Amino acid sequence: MSVDALAAPPQRDPSRSSLTTRIVIYGLLGFFAIVYLLPLVVMVMTSLKPLDEVTGGNMFALPREPSFDAWTKAWGTTCVGLTCEGIKGYFWNSIKMVVPAVLISTMLGALNGYVLTKWRFAGHRLVFGLMLFACFIPFQSVIIPMAVILGDLGQLGNFFTDNLGVSLGFGNPTVNLVIVHTVYGLGFTTLFFRNYYEAFPTELVKSAMIDGAGFFQIFWRILLPNSAPIFIVTVIYQFTNIWNDFLFGATFAAGDQSPMTVAVNNVVNTSTGIIEYNVNMAAAIIAAAPTLLVYIVAGRYFVRGLMAGAVKG
Amino acid sequence: MSFLEIRRLKKRYGALEILKGIDLTLEKGGFLVLVGPSGCGKSTMLNMIAGLDTISEGEISIDGAVINNLHPSKRDIAMVFQSYALYPNMTVEQNMAFGMEMRRVPKAERDAAVAEVAKTLQLGHLLKRRPSQLSGGQRQRVAMGRALVRHPRVFLFDEPLSNLDAKLRVDMRTEIKRLHQSTGTTIVYVTHDQIEAMTLATKIAVLKEGVLQQVGAPHEIYNHPANLFVADFMGSPSMNLITGKIARANGAASVMLERADGAPIALPAPRGADVGRLIDGQAVIMGIRPEAITDRDGADRNSTGVSMVDARVDVVQPAGSDTFVVTRIAGKEVTARMRAEIDVQPGQTVPFAFNLDKALLFDPASGARL
Repeated sequence: MSVDALAAPPQRDPSRSSLTTRIVIYGLLGFFAIVYLLPLVVMVMTSLKPLDEVTGGNMFALPREPSFDAWTKAWGTTCVGLTCEGIKGYFWNSIKMVVPAVLISTMLGALNGYVLTKWRFAGHRLVFGLMLFACFIPFQSVIIPMAVILGDLGQLGNFFTDNLGVSLGFGNPTVNLVIVHTVYGLGFTTLFFRNYYEAFPTELVKSAMIDGAGFFQIFWRILLPNSAPIFIVTVIYQFTNIWNDFLFGATFAAGDQSPMTVAVNNVVNTSTGIIEYNVNMAAAIIAAAPTLLVYIVAGRYFVRGLMAGAVKG
Repeated sequence: MSFLEIRRLKKRYGALEILKGIDLTLEKGGFLVLVGPSGCGKSTMLNMIAGLDTISEGEISIDGAVINNLHPSKRDIAMVFQSYALYPNMTVEQNMAFGMEMRRVPKAERDAAVAEVAKTLQLGHLLKRRPSQLSGGQRQRVAMGRALVRHPRVFLFDEPLSNLDAKLRVDMRTEIKRLHQSTGTTIVYVTHDQIEAMTLATKIAVLKEGVLQQVGAPHEIYNHPANLFVADFMGSPSMNLITGKIARANGAASVMLERADGAPIALPAPRGADVGRLIDGQAVIMGIRPEAITDRDGADRNSTGVSMVDARVDVVQPAGSDTFVVTRIAGKEVTARMRAEIDVQPGQTVPFAFNLDKALLFDPASGARL
C-alpha cells in the first residue's frame, strides 16, 4: 500500500457498498418474483395432486404422486353447467371468437392509421380524437345499447333463416362476440397504428404514388410489410384482452356457445357435489395458457414495438 | 413551344401564398436547377410538377399538354427524393421494377429494363440486396436507377445529394452530370446548394419567398445577377457588397467608399453599370466577387479597369489552392482571393487590385442592378 493511501483518511470501499446495494436490489427482486409466482406454483401443484391429497394436505406440499388425471378430466369430462363434456368445446369457442376478432380489428386499425396519417382529410384530428375516446368508454356502459343492436341483428338472422334457409351468421353468439370485440378494440388498434404511421416516411407513399400504386396497393405492398413491430404489439394486446374478456362473453353468449372464461367460471362456481380443486386449477391454467404462449413467443417484440410507436406521434 | 412550361403558377395554403406566380420554361434535354434558401417554395414547385401537391392557380404543361389534373403516375415523370424513399421491404431489383409492376409490364420486359439500368449505374452486384444493406452512395444510385428504368419524360430531383457526406456529394454530382450528358433527359433539380446549381444546370432559376428572382444560364446568373439577393446567394465565398456614394466630375462617375481608418477610396464607376444615369451623391452598393480582388501580380492582365487600393489586412485564410484575405472597407468585411503563395500577415497594409470590369452596382433601396 502506498504512503499516500496510508496518510489519507479511511474511505469506504466503493466495491463493498455496491455489493450491498446489489444484494438489496436482487433480494427485493427475488422476493417479489416469488410473491408474484406463488399463486401459479400452487395452481400447478394442486392440479397435479389427486383430490384427497388436496383436501387433506398442505397447500404448499409437493404432490406425492404427480398425475395429469385432473387435466384430462378438466379438458374432457368435467361438468360445465349441466353438460359434462369438459371445457374443450369452450376452448374452441374462444379460439373461433379470438382469431377473427383480433385479425379484423388489427387490419381495420392499420387501415385507419394509414388514412389518418397519409391520406389526411379535413377534420381528421376530430375523427382521431373521437376514436381515442373509444378507449376510455367503460365496458358496462355499452352493454345495453350493444344488446339492442345484437338483438336487431338476430332478427335479421331469423329473417334470412326463414327466407333463405341460412342465417348468414347473424345472431350467432360467436359472430356477435367478434363484432363486439372488433368495435370495442378499434379505438386501441387505431391509436397504435396511427402513432406508428405518423413516423412512417411519407416520401415512400409519394414515391409509390408516382410509381402508379393505388390506395390499397400502397397499403398492402408498402405500409403493411414494414409494420411488423406494431402489428405484433396490436395482436398481443388484442389477443390478451379478447381472450380474457368475461363480461361480454357472459352477456352475449349463453350455454355451450360461451367462451372459455365463462366456462371456467361455471366449472368453479358449481353449487352441487364436492369442489374438485385440482380440476378447477387445471381448467384455469388451460384458460390462461394461450395468452401466456403468445407472450412467450412474441413478447420480445412487444417492448420493441411499444417503443417504436412511442418515440414519435 | 418549350417542352416543360410553367405559367403563372401559384400555390396558396389558406391566406398564405407560397408561390406568387411563377413563369418558367425548359427545353427538351435541359437541366433546370431551382435554387433558393429554405422555405422559398422550390420543393413545393417540384411537388406540383410531380402532382404530389395541388395547383392553386396557373398551368403546368409537358410537351404541349396541360398536366394540372393528371394523377402523378400518369404524368410520365420520375422523382428522386432527398431520403431516397427506397421501399425497405423490397430488394434493389424489386424496388426498381415496382413502377413497371404497377403498370403491368410483363416480367421478362421488367427484368431486361432493370438489367440494362443496373449495367449503366454499376448496380449489378447489388440487385438482390435490401436498401438497409447498402451504403449512402449505393442507395442514391439505386434511387436514380429506379427513376431511370422507366424512361420518363421528365426527371425530378429533390435535393438528392444533401444526405451524403462532402466527398461522396462531389462524386455523385459528377455522376448525375455524366448521366445527363449521356442520356440527354430533361431534368428539374431542386437544391439549396449554389455550387450544385452552378455545376449541373443548363438553366438556373433563383427563387426567394415564392418569387422568381432571375432565370438564366449559370454564367449569366453568376456574372450578371439581376439583384442583390441573387448576387449574394450565388457564389462562395459570397460577393462583397460595399456601400458607397456616386461622385460625378467632368462627365465621369466614380464610387466613393468610406473608410474608418483612412481617406475614402475613389474607384471609377464599373463599366457594366449604366454610367450615364448615375446621379452625383446617389447611394449605391458596389458588388465585386472575391476573385476580382487580388494581389497586384494576380490581377487579370486583360482587364482594362484594375484599380489599386492599399488596405489593412484583417484576417488571412489559406485554402490551399488560394488564400483568402479579409479587410474592412466602408464598415463591411471584404474578401479578396489572392494567390496561394502570397505572403501577407494580419495587421499589414498591402495593395489590393480591384478588377472593376467585374464589379457591379446595385440600388440599395430596390436591390436591382444599375
